[in-house]
Amino acid sequence: MLRDLVPAVIGILVRRGADFASAEDAVQEALIRALQTWPDDPPRDPKAWLVAAAWRKFLDAARAEASRRGRELALDAEPPPGPAPGTDDTLRLYFLCAHPALPHSSAVALTLRAVGGLTTRQIAAAYLVPEATMAQRISRAKRKIAGLPLDRSGDPATVLRVLYLVFNEGYSGDVDLAAEAVRLTRQLNALTGDPEAAGLLALMLLHHARRASRTGPGGRLVPLQAQDRSRWDTGLIAEGVTVLQEALARDRLGEYQAQAAIAALHADAPTAAETDWVQIVEWYDELLRLTGGSPVVRLNRAVAVGEADGARAGLAALDGVDPALPRYRAVAAYLHERDGDLERAAGLYAEAARAAPSVPERDHLTREAARVRQLHKGSTTT
Amino acid sequence: MKYLLLKHYRGGPEPEAPWPPMDRWTPEEVDAHVRYMQDFAARLQESGEFVDSQALAPGGAFVRYDGEGRPPVTDGPFAETKDLIAGWMVIDVESWDRAVRLAGELSAAPGPGGKPLHEWLEVRPFLSESSAETE
Repeated sequence: MLRDLVPAVIGILVRRGADFASAEDAVQEALIRALQTWPDDPPRDPKAWLVAAAWRKFLDAARAEASRRGRELALDAEPPPGPAPGTDDTLRLYFLCAHPALPHSSAVALTLRAVGGLTTRQIAAAYLVPEATMAQRISRAKRKIAGLPLDRSGDPATVLRVLYLVFNEGYSGDVDLAAEAVRLTRQLNALTGDPEAAGLLALMLLHHARRASRTGPGGRLVPLQAQDRSRWDTGLIAEGVTVLQEALARDRLGEYQAQAAIAALHADAPTAAETDWVQIVEWYDELLRLTGGSPVVRLNRAVAVGEADGARAGLAALDGVDPALPRYRAVAAYLHERDGDLERAAGLYAEAARAAPSVPERDHLTREAARVRQLHKGSTTT
Repeated sequence: MKYLLLKHYRGGPEPEAPWPPMDRWTPEEVDAHVRYMQDFAARLQESGEFVDSQALAPGGAFVRYDGEGRPPVTDGPFAETKDLIAGWMVIDVESWDRAVRLAGELSAAPGPGGKPLHEWLEVRPFLSESSAETE
C-alpha cells in the first residue's frame, strides 16, 4: 500500500539532510502527486518513485527558500545514498508525532499524515474541519517540534494514547480511522514488542470485531447485551485473543492489556447471560490498581459488580463515584432499573439523555427512558 | 442561497399544541421521530441541497469579558434564558419559498401518536460573502 511507504520515505529525506518539517511537506506533496498519477501510470518501483519525487519537491522548496534569503543552497542535488534506513525511522516518527509538547488534536493529525500517510484533505474530512484549518494545525505542530532531534525516543504511552484517540474517532467520511488506527498499532507493535502496544492492539481488534453489530437500522446504537453476537468477526476476535495472551505471558501488565482482557471475556461469552462477570470484576479491580483509582474505571466497575453480585451491590459500588462523570447517570439508571425502581430509572435515563455527549447516545438514552416509563406505566396500571 | 433552519428547545411563538418531552413518548414514537429526521437530511443530500447539520447539548453558558487580567464572567451553566437552541440545519436552495417549504416538512416530524409535531422552526437567510457588482 502506498501509505505504508510514507514514514520510510520521510526517514530517507531526513537522512539526506532535510529537516523533518520540510521532508514531511515534500513527501505529502509527492504523495498527492502519486494519488493523482499512479492510477493511470503506475511506477515500477513505488518507493523509489516517491523518494525521487519527494526529494525533487524538497530541493525546489529549499532553493526557493535559499534564493528568497539570498543564500547558497548547501545541499547537493544528487545526494549520497546514505545508510539504508531501518525500521527505526518509522518508530522515531511515531514518537516525534506524538510528542508530549503537542496538544492531542495536533499529535493525532500529524501522526495520521507523517506515519499514516493520509493527505491533509482526508484527515480534515475525517475530523469534519475545513482543509485549511487542518493544514494550519499540522504546520503549527511541526513548528512546535522543530529542532527536536528525530532520534530521541519518547514515552510509548503518549504514542499509544494518540492511536487510541484515532481508533475512537471511528468512521466518518471516506477514511476509516478505526481501521487506520489498527494498522498503525499493528505496525507499532511489530516495531517495539512493547506488551502495552500489544494490549492496545488486542483491545482495538476485539472492539473492531463487534463493529457491525454495534449499530442497528438508522444508525441507532445497540448496547453490548443486545448485540447479535453471530455478527461479531470471529477472525478479529481470535487474533485479538492471541495477541493478548502473548502480551500477558510476558508478565508486564498495563492498562491496555487489562482493558483488552475485559473485552476478551465479553467476546468469549456465547450469549450476554453467559458473560463471566466475576472475572470481569477482578480485571476492573486490577485496572483500578493500575490507574490509581480512575473515576471512569470505578464507574464501569459498578456495572460489572451489578451484573456479578446484583443491582444493590452495583449501586453500592457506585457510591462515592463522582456524579459529574459523563456517563454516571446512564449507569445509575441501568442499576436502578435492574433493582426494580423503574420510576427513578426513567428519570435518570432522561437526565442522562440531556447530558449525552453524542447524538446516537442521546437518542439511545431517550429511547431507554421511554421504554422504562412504559414498563413502569404497565406495572402501575395492572 | 443558504438558509439556516433553527430548532429551539424553547422560545419562539406559542406551540400549536404542546407535547410532552420525548422521554415520555413510547420507544416506537421516539424511533419514528429520529427516523423522520434522518430521512429528511438524507433526502436533501440526495437533492444536493444539504450543507450541514448539528445538534447542541442543552448545557453551556453565557460568557463575557470582565476587564484586563480578570477571568471572563460566566452565567450558567443553566442560564435562565427564554430562548434555547437545540440544533440547526444549513441548506442551500433556489429560493426563500423552497426554504420555507422544507422547514414546513421538517416541522411535520411525527410526535406522540405518530401525529405531526407542528413544531416552530426558525428560517434565517445567510448574508452572502460576495457581492454582485452593481452598475
